[in-house]
This record gives sequence, C-alpha cells and structure tokens, in this order.
Amino acid sequence: MDADMTDQTNAEKNSDVSKTGPAGLVGVSTEPGSKKPDPIIVADNITRTFGGLTAVDVDHVEIQRGAITALIGPNGAGKTTFFNLLTGFDQPNSGSWSLEGKSLKGVAPYKVARLGMVRTFQLTKVLAKLTVIENMRLGATGQKGERFWTAPFKFLWGKQEDEVTKKADELLARFLLDKKREDFAGSLSGGQRKLLEMARALMVDPELVMLDEPMAGVNPALKQSLLGHVKSLRDEGRTVLFVEHDMDMVRDISDWVIVMAQGKIVAEGTPDSVMADQRVIDAYLGAHHDTDLSELDEEALEAEVEAEIEEEEAK
Amino acid sequence: MDILDILRAALQQALGPQAIVFALAAIGLNIHFGYTGLLNFGQAGFVAVGAYGLAVSVVTFGAPFWLGIVMSLVAPLVLAVILGVPTLRLRADYLAIVTIAAAEVLRFVFGSVEMKETFGGSNGLNGYARPFQQANPYSSGIDLGIISFGRNDLWSLTVGWILVALCCLLVWALMRSPWGRVLRSIREDEDAVRSLGKNVFAYKMQALALGGVIGGLGGMFLALKQASVVPSDYSTLMTFYAFAALLLGGAARVLGPVVGSILFWFLIAGLGSFFSQSAGKGGWIPTVIMTDTQASVIRYIVLGLAIMLLMIFRPQGIFGDRREIAIDGR
Repeated sequence: MDADMTDQTNAEKNSDVSKTGPAGLVGVSTEPGSKKPDPIIVADNITRTFGGLTAVDVDHVEIQRGAITALIGPNGAGKTTFFNLLTGFDQPNSGSWSLEGKSLKGVAPYKVARLGMVRTFQLTKVLAKLTVIENMRLGATGQKGERFWTAPFKFLWGKQEDEVTKKADELLARFLLDKKREDFAGSLSGGQRKLLEMARALMVDPELVMLDEPMAGVNPALKQSLLGHVKSLRDEGRTVLFVEHDMDMVRDISDWVIVMAQGKIVAEGTPDSVMADQRVIDAYLGAHHDTDLSELDEEALEAEVEAEIEEEEAK
Repeated sequence: MDILDILRAALQQALGPQAIVFALAAIGLNIHFGYTGLLNFGQAGFVAVGAYGLAVSVVTFGAPFWLGIVMSLVAPLVLAVILGVPTLRLRADYLAIVTIAAAEVLRFVFGSVEMKETFGGSNGLNGYARPFQQANPYSSGIDLGIISFGRNDLWSLTVGWILVALCCLLVWALMRSPWGRVLRSIREDEDAVRSLGKNVFAYKMQALALGGVIGGLGGMFLALKQASVVPSDYSTLMTFYAFAALLLGGAARVLGPVVGSILFWFLIAGLGSFFSQSAGKGGWIPTVIMTDTQASVIRYIVLGLAIMLLMIFRPQGIFGDRREIAIDGR
C-alpha cells in the first residue's frame, strides 16, 4: 500500500469500506506489533508495573491514522492502563511513544490533549454541578476568556463564547442532548453521560479520539446512534481508538482489532480474522462467543465487570 | 432587657470593621473552596502576611507608605506560590494540611522573641498608619439613630466596604467568564478538565493566589483600621470564622461570603448582648443556671448549633442553589 497517501483520500476510502477495514490496512501483517502504512501512534517497549504485577508490557504497537481501532481483551489485561499511559495520565516504567512523530514521553496530560489526543473515561467524568452546555463549552480550546487577565472583560471574549456555544449546540443536537441543555450534568443517566463526555471531547477538535468503553451501560437504541457517531468521526478524518467488551460493536465498526492479554499484545488483525483466531477465542472470547449468552453467564460477566470497576476505583 | 440595646450591639458589629475583615477573608476562601474546591485551612496566614507586609515594610524597613501597601499585596502572592508549588499537584487534603500548618508557623514566627527586631514580637508593630488616618476626608462621625460611628471608624468603614464591593465585582466578573468555568470544573473533576487540554495546576495556582491576595486585603484593612498588627489576631480561629461566614452565606455565590460575614457578626454580637443582659444581676436567667462569665461564651455554643442546623436543613447556605447540592455526581 502507498504509505504517502493523504488523510483525505484515506477518509474517503474509509467511508466506502466499513466492514472490511480501510484500504490503508489491507495487506497489513496480522502479527502482533505489525507495521502500519500511516501510523499516528507508535509505541515501543512500554512497561508499567504495580508492585509485582506487570500491568502493561507492550513491545511495539502502531495505530493507523484515520481508522477505527478496537482494543479488546479480558478484564485486567491492561487496556485502561495502556490508555492512561498513552494519554499521560499515568507514567510507564519504561518505553517511548509518539503521536505523529512527536514523542509524548513525560508530556503532561493536558498537553497531550492539546496535541490532538483526547480521551474519555471508563467511569464517566461529567462535571455534575455544571449544566450540560457549560460542560460542552469547557471543551473548546484556545478560549481567550480562560486567561486570567482577559477573563473579567466580557467584550474581549463574548464573541468567541458565542461561537463556542454555537458549536456546542450543534454537537448537542447531534448527540440528542439538546433537550438537556440547561440541566445539570449530574442529573443525566449513565448512558447520557457517556454521550455528553464523547460530545465534550469533540469540542476539542481532536485528531485522535480515545474512548474507554463507550458502550458500557448504554441502552440498545442509544448504542445504535453511538455507533453512527463513532463511524462519522472516522468519516471526518479522525482516528478512533477504543476499548470495548461489546463484541457486536467491535465487529460492526472497527477496521482493526488489537487484542491484549496480561499486559501484552497477543493478536492483531481485521475483526473477522481476529475473531477466528484460536488464541483469541481461548484467551478472551470463549468458544461460544457467537451464540447468545445464557442468563447465568451474563450474571458472571456482570460480576466480572463490577470487579474490574471496583479495581479501577481502588486505584 | 433592652431589645434596642441588643440590636444596637448587633448592628454595630455587623457593619463594623470585623465584618469587613471577615468578609474579605471569606471572599478569598470562596474562590479557593467555593469555586475551585481547594481546601485552604490557613486563610489566617494570608490575612496575616497582608497585614505584616504593610507593617514590616514601613516600620522595620522604613519604606514609604505606598510601598507598604504594595508589599501587603505582594506578600500573600508569594505565600500562595510557596504553598502552591509543592501541594497543588497533590490531592486536595495535602493543601489543607500544609496551609493550616503554614498559618500557625507564620503566627509563631511573627510573635517570636528571636524575630522581635523584625516583627515586633507578641506586642506587634504600630506607627505606620498615619498617612491613612491623615487621608480621612470626614470632619465628624455619623449618627444613624440607633447606631453611630466616630470619625475614624467612618473613614475605615468607607474604605473597607469599597474594598469589599470591588472584590465582589471582580469575583462576579471572573466567575461568569470561561476562566471561572474552568475553576468550577476543577472543583468537580480535575482529570476531566485535564483531558480537555487545560493546565489544571496553573488554574489552581491562580485561584490560590487570587483568594490569598483578597484575604491579604482583609489583613491590610485590619492593620490600617487598628493602626497596629498583633500576631494573636491571626489564629486558626480566624480561618474557621471565615469558613463559618462563607458557609452561612452560601459557597460559590458572589455575595454569599459578604452576607455570611455580616450575619455572623450580627449573631455573635447580638447573642452576646442578649446573654449578658439576661444572665447575672437583674437578668431573668437565675445565676444557678448561668453566671456572668458563662453568658459571655454561651453565644458560641448557640452559634455552633445554628450552623449545624443550617447545614442539616439548608446545606447550600442562604444564597446557595439547592439543586447544586442535591445532585450526587459520584
């Protein structure tokens, strides 16, 4: 594949081939840590240990620009930790990683966000005592009114605030939150919070959107619209990396799937090839991943998820 | 019992210099705690360096009066940076520990025998406020019927309440701006703000410095009004009175700390007058139940009770928004 292909053509082609992955990824080796034709993120030898436990131990990974990449793996595989490391919210014991060729080692999280890599959180972080529209406005970057010396003078930032509000309203309408505009974010349901967080992240105009379990706790109808939103991100030329346990979603929207287990990347490939991979089935999916879960399994799965969340909170 | 007397005592305090000092301290705390969620338990330290910044520059180092005023604003700024750099990157509780300790350290240093040459020891410093007194444009005091203020008090009160008004105006202008929005967001969830590309540390530092300087203004005012600075004025009690005033009025509201401070001193003085009239000789409360000396402290118990009831039945304070309290975001 031509490595010099521009984002634009990439994005155009992406929209044609939603199921089989973007043209940019055809023919890419499915070995763990394989080279991508146009990587936006390159990470090398990332390790992170908590006491004796090695949470993340990634030799090499590349994330293709303009594609939707899913990061899957069993609970405790280190997916969220890896997310935290990439976005600067946690520092690895060793390793180097870069965004668009710019090293992110030791870069503060807010600077990472300014460079165009914006994340959401597994446990949503909405600003409960601010209204939905204020949550959205906060996301906009480069606001003059956010500087101390200009803040007291409304004529210096009033116009920009109107522009920010207009953009926020458009996004709220897209994410079906416009009716909640004046409500406190703390009064939203769990699913609505996921939507708000995603919409707020888009206020930053990120190059790369990192979604940590965007579908957890979202009802099926809303899920469909969320899927559409994620796809539209790619169509706009953005890159998406997401962690998810919902295999339907992974199959439906991702161009590329990376499987983590015990901190390492164990498999990569298109959704179909990964789901057919015997190692992945053994480690994560289980032999009956295509059939419906019995209620019993579902309960076990819920318990597992809860345990993971508790573990997250304990950190 | 003379109701008018009680009212007179209460109003005199509610509009008097104490209310101004605590209003300014509480406005500063409101920026720290109410808007940004910074737990500053050492506001008395900021007030103290504001007062000593003026007094030490003029008395000890012979600086001109105007430079003393400038130093009174610079000193809290420096204190904010010294306290903020190591603690603002840590969790909120650490700031609370460091600030309360720093305020106490400052008070002991200011009152220490070793540093008597510089800070005047426990007797403090005086003789720097003449230019302020000379600037007094009033030729006589004022009699408002029930309460009256002398010439000097009237001048201090004019300056003091103008300071309070200006600070409120500044807080109002800042908090409606995107800058204020970032502060309130930090109060809710720092990591969310970070993930959106805001330099949380810088904002917290700005908030700490601004609130500290406004607290320092309270110290400057107290120093000018009293024409002397004494270390014992700046005990932890000052911080907690300021917190009481803030919570009474309603945190995260522009006028909350001001109304809270007025009300706080109205209650303290009113209750004090009420109990001193009621107990002891000629009072309706028999000495068996309450003596003179007990009467002078019982007001604090009643006030404490009032604040507890307030927190139970109106946790948002007088001005607060019930909805903001009712939602549990976690």
